Amino acid sequence: MKPPPFEYHAPASVEEACSLLASLEDAKVLAGGQSLVPLLNFRLARPAHIVDINRIAGLDRIYERDGGVAVQALARQAAVEDSDLVARVCPLVSAAVRLVAHRVIRNRGTVCGSLAHADPASELPAVLLALGGRVVARSARGDRVIDAAQLFQGVMETALAPDELLVEAWFPASPRPFAIVEESRRHGDFALAGAVRAAGRLALFGVAPTPVLADPRDPAKGLQPSGDLEASPEFRLHLVRVLTAKAFAA
Amino acid sequence: MRVNGAAHPAPADPRRLLSDHLRHDLGLTGTHVGCEHGVCGCCTVLLDGAPVRSCLMLAVQAEGHDVTTIEGLAADGAPLHPVQQAFHECHGLQCGFCTPGFVMSVVGLLGQHPNPTDEQVDEGISGNLCRCTGYASIRRAVTRAAELSKK
Repeated sequence: MKPPPFEYHAPASVEEACSLLASLEDAKVLAGGQSLVPLLNFRLARPAHIVDINRIAGLDRIYERDGGVAVQALARQAAVEDSDLVARVCPLVSAAVRLVAHRVIRNRGTVCGSLAHADPASELPAVLLALGGRVVARSARGDRVIDAAQLFQGVMETALAPDELLVEAWFPASPRPFAIVEESRRHGDFALAGAVRAAGRLALFGVAPTPVLADPRDPAKGLQPSGDLEASPEFRLHLVRVLTAKAFAA
Repeated sequence: MRVNGAAHPAPADPRRLLSDHLRHDLGLTGTHVGCEHGVCGCCTVLLDGAPVRSCLMLAVQAEGHDVTTIEGLAADGAPLHPVQQAFHECHGLQCGFCTPGFVMSVVGLLGQHPNPTDEQVDEGISGNLCRCTGYASIRRAVTRAAELSKK
């Protein structure tokens, strides 16, 4: 297997990346590549241009701001996992990132990449939603702050415009109690269903086209999860009730 | 990029995967290729000392970085790397297809946790698939590798 042909760009600055995204037709941003490169290998994605942001210096910071933690576009999931700052201010993110694939994948994969990829079964979009976090989208037109509630639009679809680069995610401090619980076939697999608790707020993942906020007293209300070889819709609804009860048992 | 300490130019074709570059352009066929979408772990190499999937990186992305493959752990004729030695002693392999990936993942695991708990061992090898051993001997090999690494 090899990726389909594309033109490769490796900008050295965010400005250069934004100007490329503004001028190129059909470009994809390559950060950690742990979702995009498999899609290329399977030829499920055939972008004309790849904008590899890995050469941009100083875009991998994890820092405290506005009572929460900001994670820049090139901060690897492993760095977030190991961050004392994240463990102190936002331990829910520390717990969630450990559930993302395997350490070897997290050595390359990025938190912002998981958010921009917006797989409905992935943990970090649901965590951002449960916490009421935000992302900063930068383009040649300027910066735009997008709330988690507006960011996730559909299966692997976000409110990011084609010329925008997700430069930073901001996670508010974890309220207590918090929890993230999920059920998957094997350790490190995508979850069949999962629940994130941030104090009284509940976000579910793996059961709708996007992560969704739900009522902890009746979490399955209105949900119509899809079925596949691994789990029927009914089983996913069962998991939602069980996982929510576990998350709220603490 | 530097591969096992030697400088090499990156390939001209940007769609060349690092795994294919290592095998086909540099002849380093110790890096095995299984699923080519990041699930099986066979192609794991060290990038600047940390294990990564070489099938999920473009070779051009390794430019300016240090890549270590299974061939780089111990020179021909030299004593085996402690992780290789442990896999040998504990029968941590049968057919050997998954072994280079396991060994590189375990090198990374022991770098992160020099004295891994049983849970950390399981977590550390959970991203690699083996269809022969049933994993029990591999788990023993990881614990043995931790002992050998301290000597």
